[in-house]
Amino acid sequence: MNASLIIFFVLAAVAIFGAVSLILQREPIHSALSLIVVMVALAGLYLLLGAEFVAAVQIIVYGGAIMVLFVFVIMLLNAGEEERTDFSKLATFGGIPLALALAGLIAAALTRSTGYLPAAAPHGDLTSTKTLSMLLFKDFAYPFELTSFLILVAILGAIVLAQREN
Amino acid sequence: MVPTNYYLILSAILFGLGIVAFVFKRNIITLFMAIELMLNAVNLAFVAFSQSLGKPDGEVFVLFVIVVAAAEAAVGLGIIILTARNRRSLNIERVDLMKL
Repeated sequence: MNASLIIFFVLAAVAIFGAVSLILQREPIHSALSLIVVMVALAGLYLLLGAEFVAAVQIIVYGGAIMVLFVFVIMLLNAGEEERTDFSKLATFGGIPLALALAGLIAAALTRSTGYLPAAAPHGDLTSTKTLSMLLFKDFAYPFELTSFLILVAILGAIVLAQREN
Repeated sequence: MVPTNYYLILSAILFGLGIVAFVFKRNIITLFMAIELMLNAVNLAFVAFSQSLGKPDGEVFVLFVIVVAAAEAAVGLGIIILTARNRRSLNIERVDLMKL
């Protein structure tokens, strides 16, 4: 068992623990903190995979910006403990097995499909930020410009939605 | 070296947990967090495939997913604030305006 495998299992355990904690916590703020744990663990996994830039973006944008937005809204709305409402019996007894079955199905499909991949193991060497930016600003220049437009629309939408009506 | 399969299985597990959270949580903000969890699971599969195939295209896709998630979070949280103001509750069961 080599070092990278051990690191993988530790980070995977942390990620799954965070995800389960997100489900079990009753207070939204605790769920948000659990989600931050998942995101930091995933950033570690990206580093392990050799995607250094994506790892940095994951920490800065996801762990930083988006989760701060979530925590901000939770505190703004003073979101307390969530109230329990009755589930239909179908949701309780059918929902969990079906979700697990779906996870198993996706895992099986993904795992089987990797049989056709040329390389079974990730390279592990870092994808340089230069390679990534060349790709982003040459081959994906048009989608990149579109995302700036999307963000503009999102800003306008958020302002229109959140403003107080007179 | 960690086999690509391990990453994909972890991705599927996280996606499944995201679905469970989405179905079982009752707070609108937590539902949004479940969606973010599912997006993260997909991102992990993207990066794993990208490294396994030796093509950086998948990582560019992840950057796009993160941008769209940020935009979605901004608009979604705006909707949540609006809903909380109108309904005086964050329970998803109370948001039944369009229910027949």
